[in-house]
Amino acid sequence: MEKKEDQQLQQEEEQVVNPWEVSAKDGGKIDYDKLIDKFGCQRLDQSFVDRVQRLTSRPPHVFLRRGVFFAHRDLNEILDAYERGDKFYLYTGRGPSSEALHLGHLIPFMFTKYLQDAFKVPLVIQLTDDEKCMWKNLSVEESQRLARENAKDIIACGFDISKTFIFSDFDYVGGAFYKNMVKVAKCVTYNKVVGIFGFTGEDHIGKVSFPPVQAVPSFPSSFPHLFSSKDDLRCLIPCAIDQDPYFRMTRDVAPRIGYHKPALIESLFFPALQGETGKMSASDPNSAIYVTDSAKDIKFKVNKHAFTGGQESIEKHRQYGANLEVDIPIKYLNFFLEDDAELEHIKKEYGAGRMLTGEVKKRLIEVLTELVERHRRARAAVTDEMVDAFMAVRPLPNMFD
Amino acid sequence: MGSSKDQLLVRLKELQIDFSQYEHPVVLTVEAQAKYVGNKGGALSKNLFLKDKKHRYYIVSALADTKVDLKVLSQRLGLGKGGLRMAPEQALGEILQVPLGCVTPFAVVNESARHVSLLLDQGIKTQERCFFHPLSNDISISLDAHGLDKFLKSTGRDPSYVDLEANPPVGKDQPPDLAAFIPSGSTVLPDLPDEAPASQDSTGNHVSAGTKSAAVIAVKPSGNVQNVKEKPVNGARPSIPSADAGKFVEELLDKTSTLLLSEISEDSIKQHGGQLGTEVVNNIQKCLREDLKNLATIFKNTAYTEGFYAGIHYQPKRL
Repeated sequence: MEKKEDQQLQQEEEQVVNPWEVSAKDGGKIDYDKLIDKFGCQRLDQSFVDRVQRLTSRPPHVFLRRGVFFAHRDLNEILDAYERGDKFYLYTGRGPSSEALHLGHLIPFMFTKYLQDAFKVPLVIQLTDDEKCMWKNLSVEESQRLARENAKDIIACGFDISKTFIFSDFDYVGGAFYKNMVKVAKCVTYNKVVGIFGFTGEDHIGKVSFPPVQAVPSFPSSFPHLFSSKDDLRCLIPCAIDQDPYFRMTRDVAPRIGYHKPALIESLFFPALQGETGKMSASDPNSAIYVTDSAKDIKFKVNKHAFTGGQESIEKHRQYGANLEVDIPIKYLNFFLEDDAELEHIKKEYGAGRMLTGEVKKRLIEVLTELVERHRRARAAVTDEMVDAFMAVRPLPNMFD
Repeated sequence: MGSSKDQLLVRLKELQIDFSQYEHPVVLTVEAQAKYVGNKGGALSKNLFLKDKKHRYYIVSALADTKVDLKVLSQRLGLGKGGLRMAPEQALGEILQVPLGCVTPFAVVNESARHVSLLLDQGIKTQERCFFHPLSNDISISLDAHGLDKFLKSTGRDPSYVDLEANPPVGKDQPPDLAAFIPSGSTVLPDLPDEAPASQDSTGNHVSAGTKSAAVIAVKPSGNVQNVKEKPVNGARPSIPSADAGKFVEELLDKTSTLLLSEISEDSIKQHGGQLGTEVVNNIQKCLREDLKNLATIFKNTAYTEGFYAGIHYQPKRL
């Protein structure tokens, strides 16, 4: 069952993973096995990947093949229902805290687009501008503006407008959505929410009452203009594993208010350029590759700042090979190089010392540049009118086609 | 041509906005206006017409005694310390279509002012009524914030009030709080020569128009603006904003041709001989499938958006 968090006491001893902070123990790596154990979710094993391939009749996404999305809750129930002909809808989101998006931000959206195409299901995307207004102390106008700007990058990931509804909390909260928020809020005591999220007496009441906002998009009745006749439609939430606390709370509440528990499929954290122990931060542009980076920027950042597992000298490297455990270019290729055979080859040669760091970096630069370039072209085609259309409260008659 | 004061007053009446009007000799400053309507039960407003270095324009409409510091405002908009200055006299006529001394939030009714951002002093909401010039400075009208909002909404703008005297810090972790007021539409106006700014009034306050009562219409930056061109980034050709089937097909053919040409070479002919056709087709399908689907999705989304826009602007048949 869902386990209780006790972050305040264990902060020094253990790793901390919650929606607002992610840090490993003693400046080391995140221990994902421990995390799965502590959170109580399940490992996503190869049998799931195969099953998805069978059900969708197409090769599974690279993130599934490489174990980027590695944990889940109730994915088997979603797949069982799908096999019986019962569809589901997808729910994901973004907290628009900054204008600049980096590749790590795109990962859940790239994967969600694949899920939308493969399963032919609708998608709701929540922009939590209210959350950022509260946590980052932005003005209401600024957080709304950032939400719209981020929406453009999200749309550029290739979502189908006839099956996708994007909404910002400031615009949409109210009506049926708010009714569900109150239903959820009534089921969560103050003590419980403090336990899950670590709030203190100094935190303002906005923060304390925010969690239901992120919980209720899991319930189809929150979107009467989309799902009015489908009250028991299931929901699948692709997200990074640090969002798990919100949905543990939601899954706890759902049966008490007569709704299905949402299912989750969760991803690893995207490492900073400087290595797993480094922190990706918006104030350090060299810690990540941004979607606005030029080819020159990408080349510079990878060559100068990527932490590698190569040895100090060529001789040593040829002798011992690279340390693939900590090598960032290999990790990034793991995320973004589509060709499984090529990746295996690079890992083998680099690990044995026959391939040099420079070559691996060069290949990574190619892959990233192509990715960023494709994103930029798609982004250039996104107009303000298109954002308005994606965010309009309108019916989606073909959402399951 | 721009709307006249009569057209504006008629429109206000049509919208059932409650206002009082007072005619008086032409006034160019707040002080002069005060002589005629200062005791008529409405607060006076001062209205500034400003411009930034990228030729974007702003109307700032405030209570006469609200302190407006252009340096602070410039920073809060994200324009740096000296980013805002008084707009040249010529712009008053060309963009707002009002005479000197007549800057007023009502000027946004003109098409030429479509991209002008409007900042409204929240102090206006605290007054029962405020005085503004209705596009001419031989007349002043007073109305309340509610009436002003109603008017602004009828022009398609979303009124939003700001604490103009606030001076929040702006830095790395504190983004400019008024950045939302930067106009996002491309300015379709010619590059006006940078002339001397509009004359100062005797108190030394920079006022382009002695409009006192301020119905200030806040501009929602990405509001109903038709002409929004995306900036091309770093040499990448911007994709077409309209769903052009011809261009779409050209892009598809381009990509396929490029791949085809790279697949057929002396080596590959030697290697595959008669089977080259099958081999190339397999490769094309594998490599291009996702790329072409993405292009098609962009095309679909663009076409849908065009239809959506048409739908929300459609005028039902008159019965």
